[in-house]
Amino acid sequence: MTTLSALAGRVATRPAPLTKSRPAALGMLGVALAVGLLEALPRLGIVDSRFLPPFSTMARSLAGQLTTAEFWTATGQTLRGWALGLAIAMAAGIAAGVVVGSVPLLRALTASTIEFLRPIPSVALIPLVVLIYGSEMPSALVLVVYASFWQVLVQVLYGVADVDPVVRDTARSYRFSRRAVVRTVVWPTAMPYVVTGFRLAASVALILEITAELIIGVPGLGRSIGVAQSSGAVAETYALVLVVGVIGVLVNVLARAVERRALRWHTSVRGDL
Amino acid sequence: MAHLGAGGLVKRVLTTLALPAVLVAAWWFASAHSTSFFWPPLRTIVEAFPETWTADPWLHDVLPSLARLAIGYLIALAAGAGLGVAIGSSRTLREICEPVLEFLRAVPPPVLIPVIALFAGYTGWTSKIITIALGCVWPILLNTIEGVRSLDEVLRDTARSYGLGRVATLWHVVLRGASPRIATGARQALSIGVILMVISELFGANRGLGAAIVQFQRGFAIPQMWTGIILLGLIGVALSALFRLVEHRALAWYRGLRQAERGA
Repeated sequence: MTTLSALAGRVATRPAPLTKSRPAALGMLGVALAVGLLEALPRLGIVDSRFLPPFSTMARSLAGQLTTAEFWTATGQTLRGWALGLAIAMAAGIAAGVVVGSVPLLRALTASTIEFLRPIPSVALIPLVVLIYGSEMPSALVLVVYASFWQVLVQVLYGVADVDPVVRDTARSYRFSRRAVVRTVVWPTAMPYVVTGFRLAASVALILEITAELIIGVPGLGRSIGVAQSSGAVAETYALVLVVGVIGVLVNVLARAVERRALRWHTSVRGDL
Repeated sequence: MAHLGAGGLVKRVLTTLALPAVLVAAWWFASAHSTSFFWPPLRTIVEAFPETWTADPWLHDVLPSLARLAIGYLIALAAGAGLGVAIGSSRTLREICEPVLEFLRAVPPPVLIPVIALFAGYTGWTSKIITIALGCVWPILLNTIEGVRSLDEVLRDTARSYGLGRVATLWHVVLRGASPRIATGARQALSIGVILMVISELFGANRGLGAAIVQFQRGFAIPQMWTGIILLGLIGVALSALFRLVEHRALAWYRGLRQAERGA
């Protein structure tokens, strides 16, 4: 706490020294406080340690897990299901979005259907996929693809609609082929939207993958959490939840990195403009 | 849109309804003679609908589910916007909280269920409401922080120099200014809330919309299961329409502002 008040005091006296390390240092402080709280609450008996073990116990359980083959198999299964579902949703969403978005009549005809299908919660499909595929990987895949497909499709549609009509007409008067128009006019305009769609879809896909594992019992980290919880392995449950959270953070970081890399040339990312 | 002629209106209605009509018709005829166990004829499903969703399941499954969703969601909205304003107003606090909040948001909400089950078991209303509230709060919280952070400094200073009180500033300047971002967060939270409403009932097997659908599935009552899936879909659509209606009214000033800025 002394460091906190010291830091706060320094900030108050010397406003806005925009150093890069300050947010990082404060962020580390925040993480340290959270970990300290997780350690202190059960140790001081404020929360029953049968329900919330101290952080050190979780960490020890996690370290133990990291040496087992099952843990890495489950992690691999989760990541594979997530990546495969996301890839299918991206491919289908981009293809459908570019085709539908480029043809005004098609766009007008499909608008209401998309608006209707999109908010249908993908978990509504759980009973159906359980009947058809049981607790196997395709069950999770269907849910992941359904949920993330709409995120991508809607963003691609926005992107294609954003194409400057003058540019499009110019390309047409220069007799660009249809393929060349898509490659040189539509795609660069839609790219930022596609990347946004990717970022949204990446986190939705992870939610659905974990849900399918937890609820249906598709092999993966979600199922491990369910098993640990129902067998009363409390520290293990929390350790696995932490792992899933870290994967979620990594997915976000990865998505943002992809965003920056794919849009190097775009004004929203370029620093030199 | 205001000066659409009668012909334009007819055309719009036609384009809106054409594809849905074709799709439903296709489902109807393609499944008409279906003997597949999983894909009963649409006719059977439609006939099963009124007998399945009578007054009793509405009162004991559907409405309680929706009530839990509403309570959890409103708690998340109040807590997320309140905490978001507090955290967003202080740069230091924001920088301290940011990594922890990013982590909490990145945890897929369904894993909350086993954790909450550890504490309270998973049978009553409370655990389900906590699940929904805890899952919905992060997008609202983070978006509110972002909205408060990006408030126009000039507006704040103007409010101060006009001697606006703290409460008035909070209400008219801070919350108002952040409301478009709060709405973005609230929209993301709504779809998470619907997901959690359903799966919280799949986990703790008592009554509720999700529990009812799973019971149909386990009892191999396939047409009834389909009616449940369709009902759930309709609820999702209705909630998102309701959300858009509320947002449309609450943010009318914002749309007007944007249009004015674009010089339209």
